[in-house]
Amino acid sequence: MRLTCPLCGERDRREFYYYGSEDYLNRPAPEAPPQAWDDYLHNRDNPAGVVRDLWYHDMGCSSWLVVTRNTVTHEILAVEAVADRKGGAA
Amino acid sequence: MRYSGLKVITEGLFGNKGWKPAWRDPAPKAEYDAIIIGGGGHGLSTAYYLAKNHGMTNIAVLEKGYLGSGNIGRNTTIVRANYFLPGNSEFYSHSMKLWEGLEIDLNYNVMHSQRGLINLFHSDGQRDAFVRRGNSMINQGDDAILLDREGVREMLPYLDFEQTRFPIYGGLYHPRGGTARHDAVAWGYARGADQRGVDLIQNCEVTGIDIENGKVVGVQTTRGAIKARKVGIVVAGRSSQVAAMAGMRLPIESHILQAFVTEGLKPVIDHVVSFGMGHFYISQSDKGGLVFGGDLDFYASYASRGNLPMVEHVMEAGMTLMPMIGRAKVLRSWGGIMDMSPDGSPIIDKTHVDGLFIDCGWNYGGFKAVPASGFCMAHLMATGESHPVAARFKLNRFATGHILDEEGTGSQHNLH
Repeated sequence: MRLTCPLCGERDRREFYYYGSEDYLNRPAPEAPPQAWDDYLHNRDNPAGVVRDLWYHDMGCSSWLVVTRNTVTHEILAVEAVADRKGGAA
Repeated sequence: MRYSGLKVITEGLFGNKGWKPAWRDPAPKAEYDAIIIGGGGHGLSTAYYLAKNHGMTNIAVLEKGYLGSGNIGRNTTIVRANYFLPGNSEFYSHSMKLWEGLEIDLNYNVMHSQRGLINLFHSDGQRDAFVRRGNSMINQGDDAILLDREGVREMLPYLDFEQTRFPIYGGLYHPRGGTARHDAVAWGYARGADQRGVDLIQNCEVTGIDIENGKVVGVQTTRGAIKARKVGIVVAGRSSQVAAMAGMRLPIESHILQAFVTEGLKPVIDHVVSFGMGHFYISQSDKGGLVFGGDLDFYASYASRGNLPMVEHVMEAGMTLMPMIGRAKVLRSWGGIMDMSPDGSPIIDKTHVDGLFIDCGWNYGGFKAVPASGFCMAHLMATGESHPVAARFKLNRFATGHILDEEGTGSQHNLH
């Protein structure tokens, strides 16, 4: 598996750290009810198919990336930097 | 048909013409008292204990492929009861006791071999952690023996004791740990359930769960609708998809775990051995192949195959620990789909739907749990109450903060 980092180009999977679903980008407000925090931290759609998840270019440019990929075929469909997202958090 | 040594001899004398299929192949009935979705190890053992312990025989197991076609058919077969946390410790202890009586109970040879498990440690800090774990196992009533370096050398002389990068300080020896023949476990439970009247229905995929007024009333399948007042979801890596049919979003992420087997060799590794620096565990099957594995690939996946970085890591760890295996040729590798929970511990609980139960979150340790998981899931489905040894495996424990994080790595699905 190879990921194309928007800054560094195509790189080996070993350079990246997988964090989890892009749900981690939608951090609830501090006063949000516990259910919102449970959903944010634990509960997942976990589809067999196209997912968007967070990766960190650990051994490269240190960018946080949103990777769109297929969990059944391991095909990488898109990679974008979290910082480039409209209103991007993190 | 009861299996025995005498039966084997008499069948051998008369051309082996008297053997019959180990279970029937029934068509689904219109209605059952209970349905179990998933014909893997956990689903089949749930059906077996529902029939045996609770007298529920008008039940069905629905399997989308063939029985035992998932992780029970491909795993590293390790059986152990070396857990630390209250909640896990009593559960795996219970499972070990069931393993020890399983072959007589099922009248089936599951080739359970208590060859002993040795977890190696490589630093003072790791030794302290293993001492603590060993004491916890002894307090639970199980067995643990602390070996020093010479004790390990006596049992496992083939390890590389000379290298300085990861020196072997000793090991925690769990004599009752060992292995079992993975698919025989599925077949033994299937046969036992079938003999008690359970319908095992293969090639029958559940496509919907029917709910009326907050109560489960049946399921839709590729072989028609089937009614039931109680339904258990026992589908491991596919838990999220099946639970979504009942409107649930589970605390599960499916990950890939690779395992490997070499060509058959003469007996060389007598125990189950795990390396404490890097995740690596190995045993030798009765056929002679070295069976070993390591960590997850670390990214969510349903691909049933892994990538090369983890292959490389596992081979490196094996070569570091026991260079003698370097000449063995790897015959095949495979990837299983693991239902990873945020704390690394399982879930056996009711759901928000009346009559709908779920058994999932086995991470990569589901094999040793097969007997107790079915035992406790059957208890829950029959009585509506959690069995005492599985009382902490609640679905809502992440929301309430009652997590069971055995490794203390936090709420990230791939870190357990």
